[in-house]
Amino acid sequence: MAVESLARIDQLLEPSSGALLRRRIFGHAGFLIGVAIIAAILAVALLAPVLAPYDPYDQDLSRRLINPVWFADGSWAHPLGTDQLGRDYLSRLIYGARISLLIGTVAATISGLIGIGLGLAAGYFGGRVDMVVTFIITTRLAMPVVLVALAVVALAGGSLHVVILVLGLLLWDRFAVVTRSTTMQVRALDYVAAARATGCSTLRIILAEILPNIMNALIVVATLEVAQAILLEAALSFLGLGVQPPLPSWGLMVAEGKEYMFFSPWVITIPGIALFTLVLAINLLGDGLRDLTAPENRS
Amino acid sequence: MLAFTLKRTLVALLVAVTVSVISFSLLRLSGDLAQSLAGPSATAADVIAVRKAYGLDQPIAVQYIDWARKAVRGDFGDSFFFKEPVWSMIATRLPVTMTLGVCALIFALVIAIPLGVLAALRPNSWVDRLALTLSVFGQALPSFWFALMLMILFGLKLRWLPISGTGTWQHYVMPAIALGYYGMPAFMRLTRAGMMEVLASDYIRTARAKGLRTPTVLFKHALRNAIIPVVAVAAVQFGFFLGGSIVIESVFALHGVGYLGLESISRADFPVVQAIVLILASIYVVLTLLADLLNAFLDPRIRVA
Repeated sequence: MAVESLARIDQLLEPSSGALLRRRIFGHAGFLIGVAIIAAILAVALLAPVLAPYDPYDQDLSRRLINPVWFADGSWAHPLGTDQLGRDYLSRLIYGARISLLIGTVAATISGLIGIGLGLAAGYFGGRVDMVVTFIITTRLAMPVVLVALAVVALAGGSLHVVILVLGLLLWDRFAVVTRSTTMQVRALDYVAAARATGCSTLRIILAEILPNIMNALIVVATLEVAQAILLEAALSFLGLGVQPPLPSWGLMVAEGKEYMFFSPWVITIPGIALFTLVLAINLLGDGLRDLTAPENRS
Repeated sequence: MLAFTLKRTLVALLVAVTVSVISFSLLRLSGDLAQSLAGPSATAADVIAVRKAYGLDQPIAVQYIDWARKAVRGDFGDSFFFKEPVWSMIATRLPVTMTLGVCALIFALVIAIPLGVLAALRPNSWVDRLALTLSVFGQALPSFWFALMLMILFGLKLRWLPISGTGTWQHYVMPAIALGYYGMPAFMRLTRAGMMEVLASDYIRTARAKGLRTPTVLFKHALRNAIIPVVAVAAVQFGFFLGGSIVIESVFALHGVGYLGLESISRADFPVVQAIVLILASIYVVLTLLADLLNAFLDPRIRVA
């Protein structure tokens, strides 16, 4: 039933009066802003070696915690100042974009494969298969994600690969829930019956008839999951059991700056705003995609 | 209703057992527990000694059955680190996490329900827009960062609230806001959608036509029905709050179960971690079971499915 009520929340996310309203408020401006921000962050991540003024790992203890340029004692030599080890903050922020984007996309791909696979099986075959998959989803929902992820990362060692894998293996629940409910709706439609009548194989029906028709919903879930993975990685790294130093993960930067936050709040404000902006942009993109791709909204 | 209750209870039990099996295997298979326990400076002989002393040389199935047999009786073994019973360590911390969860839930509901109702009454108004903006922004805020920002604002600049620790009710205010914020968008959307649906229904028109006063119609007739799905989701959300409290408790050094979990992970104290995972999962399972039964009780159509 937990699965059912979650499906209900996700249906509310589907085009409804709320989504239409959101479109009116943010218009497609929201979508455009989202795309623009993501494109900018992606460009920054790809061009990091060109854009970063310094090596993000270069320490200089004589230049620790220099204030950013908007302070009276700041200078353009370090536009965002330096961290507690004298590393250029702007350069670390720029390289940090790579980590967030990488983790978000790869983890969401892994969880997408698992979740969509399970959801398709449950939605198409129904009956016992559905019972088993629903049970698996319920079990997954009952597991405290953060705690389990922290424990596994602690034991397996906090490398980038481990963090990505752990997130990918844990965050497939929404994919499964949405795929299951949308597949059930589509399976009852005439064109699926027609495909079955003309003798298409099960695999063909699933891949050629069902999957393309639930793709819109899945793309929206994918954006949500990328955002979720980025936030969770940041939280794990913040707690010290995610990406390990000296990698410039934004979550790790907040953790490292925490000690100094009462004297130099910008140390944690800057990476936090970067995270917030990226996740907000991904969510705006998701909302926009949903509005744009839903046929009933094309007017 | 009885058959439905029995079936759901059985599934819930099965879920709890499966979670315990999975988390037990994960903790044993994702690294060498004996190595973590013995510490980085241990010799190979030390590691073997540790492995023997804690029974880690046994096959994993034997270890699990051993653990589960005791766990059923409420005996989660002793902490590797403190040599005291795991259960008593958790029992002293559980009330803190529960209080935090309840406060977070209350905060989320107190903000979300009125906003949802107002948004439904005046679609497209500034309240509706405010509600929408709050939920779009809220979903993008990293929880730990939001918590730190609250700390800087209320703890340092305004000096209204204590920054960390456990003790007075004031210690719970910021953590509850930081945790509860995440449940808000879902509650708000559900209330808004539920209210709009109910307000368009025939019995509300009848109530209005009878000449009942607007507040009576809104609160006695509409909200009561619109809020049913919110109650069910609130139970599930409470379970998520308990699981998510680990981040917030760590930020505020609030000595709850989540913080204990994090500390135990860094001390390689896995009997404690294992027990916490099982307890949090069990609470979630019980809550969703109650939500299911409540739903079925309120809406007989569900019982058939």
